[in-house]
Amino acid sequence: MSTPLSASVEVGATTAHPRLANGFWRRALRHRSFVVGGTLSLMVLCAALLSLVWTPWSAYEIDVASKLRPPSAAHWLGTDVLGRDIVSLLLVGARSTIMVGIIAVGIGLTFGVCLGLIASARKGWTEELIMRMSDFTFAFPAVLSAIMLAAVVGPGMVTSIIAIGIFQIPTLVRLTRGSANAIWAREFVLAARASGKGGFRITIEHVLPNVLPILIVQGTIQFALAILAEAALSYLGLGTQPPQPSWGRMLNDAQTLLFQSPMLAVYPGAAIAVAVLGLNLLGDGLRDLLDPRLARER
Amino acid sequence: MSVSANAPLIEVRDLGVHLNTSRGPALAVRGVSFALKRGETLGLVGESGCGKSVTALALMGLLPDSAVISGSIRLEGSELVGLSDANYCKLRGNRISMIFQEPMTALNPMHTIGRQVAEPLRRHTNCSAGEARKEAIALLDRVGLPDAAKRVDAYPHQFSGGQRQRVTIAMALACQPDVLIADEPTTALDVTIQGQILDLIADFVAERGMSMILISHDLGVIAENVQRMMVMYGGTVVENGATDAVFTRMGHPYTQGLFRARPRLGARKGTRLKTIAGTVPELADLPSGCTFADRCAIVEDRCRVALPIPVDVGAGHGVRCLRTDVSMAEAVGVLGA
Repeated sequence: MSTPLSASVEVGATTAHPRLANGFWRRALRHRSFVVGGTLSLMVLCAALLSLVWTPWSAYEIDVASKLRPPSAAHWLGTDVLGRDIVSLLLVGARSTIMVGIIAVGIGLTFGVCLGLIASARKGWTEELIMRMSDFTFAFPAVLSAIMLAAVVGPGMVTSIIAIGIFQIPTLVRLTRGSANAIWAREFVLAARASGKGGFRITIEHVLPNVLPILIVQGTIQFALAILAEAALSYLGLGTQPPQPSWGRMLNDAQTLLFQSPMLAVYPGAAIAVAVLGLNLLGDGLRDLLDPRLARER
Repeated sequence: MSVSANAPLIEVRDLGVHLNTSRGPALAVRGVSFALKRGETLGLVGESGCGKSVTALALMGLLPDSAVISGSIRLEGSELVGLSDANYCKLRGNRISMIFQEPMTALNPMHTIGRQVAEPLRRHTNCSAGEARKEAIALLDRVGLPDAAKRVDAYPHQFSGGQRQRVTIAMALACQPDVLIADEPTTALDVTIQGQILDLIADFVAERGMSMILISHDLGVIAENVQRMMVMYGGTVVENGATDAVFTRMGHPYTQGLFRARPRLGARKGTRLKTIAGTVPELADLPSGCTFADRCAIVEDRCRVALPIPVDVGAGHGVRCLRTDVSMAEAVGVLGA
């Protein structure tokens, strides 16, 4: 075992920068998947921000005369069946994609993680109640809860976001509770209890930091699922309403013309793939960077 | 001082623990009694599953909610059994502390060691973050961690096992507790490190006048580190007394069996270790009489009727056996063999 020796050398190196933030960015910029994932995610974000101030054409203007044009100098990726510019649609679509993703995953994470941690910390009937409620929610697919919600408040982007968010909760409750239970069984939690800490502090200081890496990775996957769910809901007319473009709607519009102009499906598909891939890589990188055991100099 | 010097610091009377296991309710500990004054040390010895750790966790109030505790645990006269969890939290890490077996897992991998050592101080005293950090560095220095001031911001994985155990000791002793429970503190360490860690603990006990309960399955560790000892088997104390007395006289057949099972230097090559036939009884399914009856060489029918009452075989030396006349006559032979 040469660990102690090499470890002590390493400590000397890392403690030269007592502020964690310094070391974090230095390590982050060397982490390949963090950099690639961050770049891709940033591209999507920039596209969404850019669409607020500039798009090559209006994403809402219909020009049926120039429908289904191939890529040209005027329309870089061509036009869709209603003659709208694909590049503009993708840029504006990034906005709804990001919004749906962030808000829905935010709802899912907030409720899911809190409930999961409570279930794990309190055990007994509290745990039973939370888990059975989450089973109950799990039994309804996002589409069904969106239909129910739409029946009450009317279809639209907000409805779909809330429905997707609710649909995310049970998955995250289960994941959080399962991982938290494993942490609760660890000896350092017993040691923390032996030093006089109560359940709440242990949850915040010991359990949450240790389940966070798992949640970050799952969060990126949930983001991808949210994008796909949004596409499905838009297809049913329950999500983003026309004329508001979204990548999911573009995919569904393209599917009727799959043989005539397959590229119409490829562009939004590629955009979704880039966003999901970027987020997954970013999540992977974050997991590595947030874990002090993996935070070695590479 | 004159009053408290003679009164026991911690007094346990007829402690019993019922655990709800998957195999049904189990009597994990029964009839455990002892008292410790300031500065006294007690060893608990026995094989796995005999109730040593359950006893320790009962003292710390860390058993699962489903466990039922009977008897009495008094810390300077105040009763701990039935104490609310909030009140117990104020005692843990402050007046009663515990060192755990596995230093590799007893530290949170996500926090720096400085933070973990400072934590009990922040929790139980009014000191600021800066003061707690200073105190943590002083503690880490005191437990012999080299370069403590520099390494206070390092993470547990950057230390060796022995160093980590030093950190957990610093953590346990941060608030200067009155009672220290060390649950197999050296089992996971190299033999060379074992001695250093035990010496360190002994220094603290002497320096601060703490009472210590040392749990171990290693008779050598017990022999060198505690004044009195209790041998546990099947959730009961089968023999207790001053360490010297127990080691020289060995009243209980189980104690004798433990001694025979020890490897010895200088034994002839090829000598087989003597084992105790059979296995520890299931706690969920204990025999009605003496818990050791099924493995005992000198068992009689009356042993199986009821749990024997401890017999005094010397000053403060009790043996829970009906046949001490036979077993103690044989014990002379054991030491000679």
